[in-house]
Order: sequence, then C-alpha cells, then structure tokens
Amino acid sequence: MTKKHQEIRDAVTQLCTHYPGEYWRNKDREEAYPSEFVEALTMAGFLGCLIPEKYGGSGLGLSEASAVMEEIQASGCNGGACHAQMYTMGTVLRHGSEDQKRMLLPGIARGDLRLQAFGVTEPTSGTDTSRIKTTAVKDGNNYRINGQKVWTSRIKYSDFMLLLARTQPREAGAKPHHGMSVFLIDIRNAEKNGLTIKPLRAMVNHATTEVFFDDLKVPASALVGEEGMGFRYILDGLNAERILIAAECVGDSRWFIERATTYAKEREVFDRPIGKNQGVQFPIARSYAETQAASLMVESAADLFDSGDSCGAEANMAKLLAADASWRAADMCLQTHGGFGFAEEYDVERKFRETRLYQVAPISTNLILSYIAEHVLGLPRSF
Amino acid sequence: MKVIVAVKRVVDYNVKIRVKPDHTGVETTNVKMSMNPFDEIAVEEAIRLQESGKVEEVIAVSCGISQCQETIRTALAMGADRGILVECDVELQPLAVAKLLKAIVQNENPEIVIVGKQAIDDDSNQTGQMLAALLGWSQGTFASQIVLGEDSAKVTREVDGGLETVNLNIPAVFTTDLRLNEPRYASLPNIMKAKKKPIDILTPEQLGVDITPRLTTLRVNEPPVRQAGVMVESVTELVDKLKNEAKVI
Repeated sequence: MTKKHQEIRDAVTQLCTHYPGEYWRNKDREEAYPSEFVEALTMAGFLGCLIPEKYGGSGLGLSEASAVMEEIQASGCNGGACHAQMYTMGTVLRHGSEDQKRMLLPGIARGDLRLQAFGVTEPTSGTDTSRIKTTAVKDGNNYRINGQKVWTSRIKYSDFMLLLARTQPREAGAKPHHGMSVFLIDIRNAEKNGLTIKPLRAMVNHATTEVFFDDLKVPASALVGEEGMGFRYILDGLNAERILIAAECVGDSRWFIERATTYAKEREVFDRPIGKNQGVQFPIARSYAETQAASLMVESAADLFDSGDSCGAEANMAKLLAADASWRAADMCLQTHGGFGFAEEYDVERKFRETRLYQVAPISTNLILSYIAEHVLGLPRSF
Repeated sequence: MKVIVAVKRVVDYNVKIRVKPDHTGVETTNVKMSMNPFDEIAVEEAIRLQESGKVEEVIAVSCGISQCQETIRTALAMGADRGILVECDVELQPLAVAKLLKAIVQNENPEIVIVGKQAIDDDSNQTGQMLAALLGWSQGTFASQIVLGEDSAKVTREVDGGLETVNLNIPAVFTTDLRLNEPRYASLPNIMKAKKKPIDILTPEQLGVDITPRLTTLRVNEPPVRQAGVMVESVTELVDKLKNEAKVI
C-alpha cells in the first residue's frame, strides 16, 4: 500500500524505532511522561508542522500532520503525549493578535515553548459547553479567573494553556454559546498565583489533571480575539483535533493488524500456525478492510480541511470510523494473542487500553452520531 | 573541499529476508527498502565535515533503478546538497559501481569519497577499495574515526586485532564502519527542503562505462535451519560429544 507523504512517514518511523515497546511499558508502569520521545519529535520539527513558515514552522497541512500522527501510532508509540502541541496553537494562529503569535509560534516551532493544554471541560459540563461555570471578570487591565476544569491533559508539560471561560453569564447573551472567551494563560507564572493542578490517575498514561482557578489574575492581553467569541474560536480547532486523532486511530489499527498477523503466522498450536484457521484469519482480514476504509475517510477529511472547505461532518465521520476500526482491531488483536495478549511484554494490552480512549475522547461516539443525524440528515434535534 | 557519498538502496534491515521460489535471489517485491545503514553513516560523516566548515559541498550518488531517487532524497533530507542518480535496470556488481563512481569523480572533482564499508544485501565489501584503486587514490577503510587536515587525513581503522591509525594523503576514499558516528534523523523542515534540491540523472552510456556483470549467481539458498539443542547429563558426556560428534576438540 503506497500512502501519501511517504518520505515523512519513513522519517517518523525511523525516529520511532528508538522508542520500542519496553520504553512505553516503563512509562506506563511509572505513569511517567515520555519526555525523551517528545523531545526527539520536537527537535525533528514534526510538532511544528502546522505552524506557518514565517513563524518558523514547516507550513504544512493537516494531511501531512495526519501522516505524522498515524506513523507514530503504527510504530507502537503514543502520540497522545504531544499531539495537542501540534494543533492547540491553531486557535491563536487563526484568532490571536500578531503580538500573541510572535510571542508564541516561533517558540513552539523551535521547541522552547509548549502549548498543549486546553481547559474546556468542567466537572458539571462536558460536551454541553455553554454551561461552563469558570468565569473571567475584567478588573482594570486584568481579568480575574475563578472556577475549575477537569481532564486537562499535559498541563504539567505545558508553558501555556488555552482556557475557555465565561466573560458574560449564559443568560445574558442572545444565544447560550455567546459570552464565552478564550484566554492564553502563562502557566509558568500562574501556579503561585491562584492556579492549582492536581494529577488524575486514569486507565491510560495520559498526564491528565484537574485544574483549579482561585482568583487567578491574568493581563487583558491574555484574551484571544474578541471577548465573547470564544466558542466560535474553539470550534474550528476541534475539527483539526478530530481528524488528527482519527489518523492516530488508523495508526493504532495498523499496529494491531500487523501484530495479530505476525503472531497468527508464527504461533503454532496442534502443529500448525493458528493463522491457518479461518476463525483466526477472518477477524484480521475484516479489521484490515475496515482500517483501509477509515483511512480513506481520514484522508478525505484532511484534504477538505486543508483546502479550507467546511469539513465538520467529514471530520466527525473520520473520527467515528477510525476509532471504531481501531477499537475492533484492538479486540481482535487481543483475541488472536489469547492469554499472551494479557501479558504486558506483548504491548497489546497497553495499546488496547490506549485506543479505547478514542471511543470517548475528544468526543464520544454517540455525540458524533447525533451530529450526523441532526446536521447532515436533518433529523429532529434530540437535546 | 567537495565530498561525494555513495548511497545504496537495499532491503530494510528490519525485514525478514525470503529467498525467491526460483532461487535466483531474494524477494524484493512489496518489501520495505531503505538506505544501506553503512551509507547512512557515510552521509552523516560528510555532513559533519561540512558543518565543521572543512567541506563546502556534499553530493549523494546512487546507481540503480529509478526508485534509488528515494534513497538520494533521504540523503538530501539528512543534509546533502544535491544528488546524482546513474540510472540502469541491470544488476550492478561492485566493479561496475566502482567504475561509475570513478566517472562521476572525474566529472565532479571531489577531494573525498565516502562509502559504506559494505552493503547489507550482498555484503561484498569491495566498491570502496576498487574505486580507490581505479582512481589511484589513498584509501582508509573500516573507519571508526576520521580527522581531516589540510591535505591529509588521520583515519582510525577497525581491524581484527583492534584499532589501527593511518595517515593518508588527500584525495582519498573512506569506507565507514559502524562506530564512526550515529546518523541523525531527517527533520521535517529538512525533508521539505530536500524536495527542492536537484537530482541529476545520468546513464552508464553517458558516462562511457561498461556495466556488464562479470559474475553469475548460480543459486541462492536459505541458510540451514538451526537444529534444536540437547541437554547433556554430565561434563564427561559434553566432552565426549564435543570430541566425537561435533569434532571441535
């Protein structure tokens, strides 16, 4: 199978061979951040691929970025530790001031600055974003922020975070989504001044946390774009995120298929390889077909995004199909390995847990289905 | 100073090699191909010489089918300045490659040629030595360190008994051993830049080189499957087996 951007894929694969299963098993066991891997990926310029050339990046599209993420996962590595470094800056790039861009983007491209945390979700409001309770109140030349976020990943490994907060009560605007604003917060100065970060232990090693804001004072220059427009600003970033994560799922899926195929050829039971049995072959073959289909959907969504066309439906469908393909491939791979699939040293159980995340994050499967039903098919609104 | 590095497209070192059913060679269809690892070391060394300011230009040369351009692109993405492909479809043996490289050296006039000590497909370990002989140049083979002076070079060679250091006059051919350096990854910005770097495509005829194979491969076989071991009861039995069965003592 020849894929687009083969030279980029080869380079990523080559880098990833230096971070084998054992490296990830240790990180998983210790719940440690894969700093060495992220550093290598950063230094090789892969995380700056979406940053325009005039700010020191490679000025490439989501199509190339997807190839990078897919190969990371297909090599058995976990891009979840740093994928947000690629796309979180998009909100600043599209809606931020020239000062904010100059302050941030070249540093991200060089690898000196990390912006890979995004505070949206709160304990009492998940996908129902308009009900967030975190507030930012103007106080002279500053804003004072109070509230709480949850599932804020990688914030311990970020210098800046993006935060969505209410600058106007939900009831005060014409629509529920009005009155929210995006802030670019310098975490390095904030931790002593009202920002508290608490790690959350979770099923996968994803460096995720709870974040508390207790009268955190940020300068007015931290506001991205116009006050009250925050929800619209984060929306276009979400499509990029979905497409990239869909590409990661395709990569996971390829890893599961490769491992299952190799194992089925080599493992002998009753004096014959288990892969001789169609009961073993067919699930692998089906996974392959599903993965190829999902991969085409991801490619098509990325191309639409890069050409500037609207791609909400395609980004959602790519994420749905790719996450389903990778989850079924994970189950298939574990089943093919039998008892050995549960042994840590085969990496199957770790990848199985990791890819399960994408049925839920960054958007759960049901919400994608409801989007397609309502916005693509015109079925009645359900909530 | 100008450096030429030769890069060969070979079956990737991670691939499990399979012999073709007709025993004429190994299977290369649908197999991942990469740059010969010793050639990567050669490219890295050339780039380091350039970064140290001793070398102005690095040219990556490959001989073979059109897809060898991908191998040249890899060298360009690592940092080589331009590429030359000598395109041909016939099987190339070391002497033919050495003659092609000689012709390119005569066109380009480099002071140094760096090649891998051998390619991991045929393990010939001949091209560098043949090239040096054809050019009448010094040769520093199996290099684990190269210290470049004005018109000479100090080369540490990995030989059977240990390390041998030789002083060579330039121009010279170096062949790289595993410990010379650790090749860098191609970075994304450099991969993109490499797409714009030029690759000249030549033919053996244009260079006036006869590349007809001189050797015929009769048959390629898989190595014999390793036999299972046996447990021995005692040292006496072990010694007996070593003496009478294995006949090694």
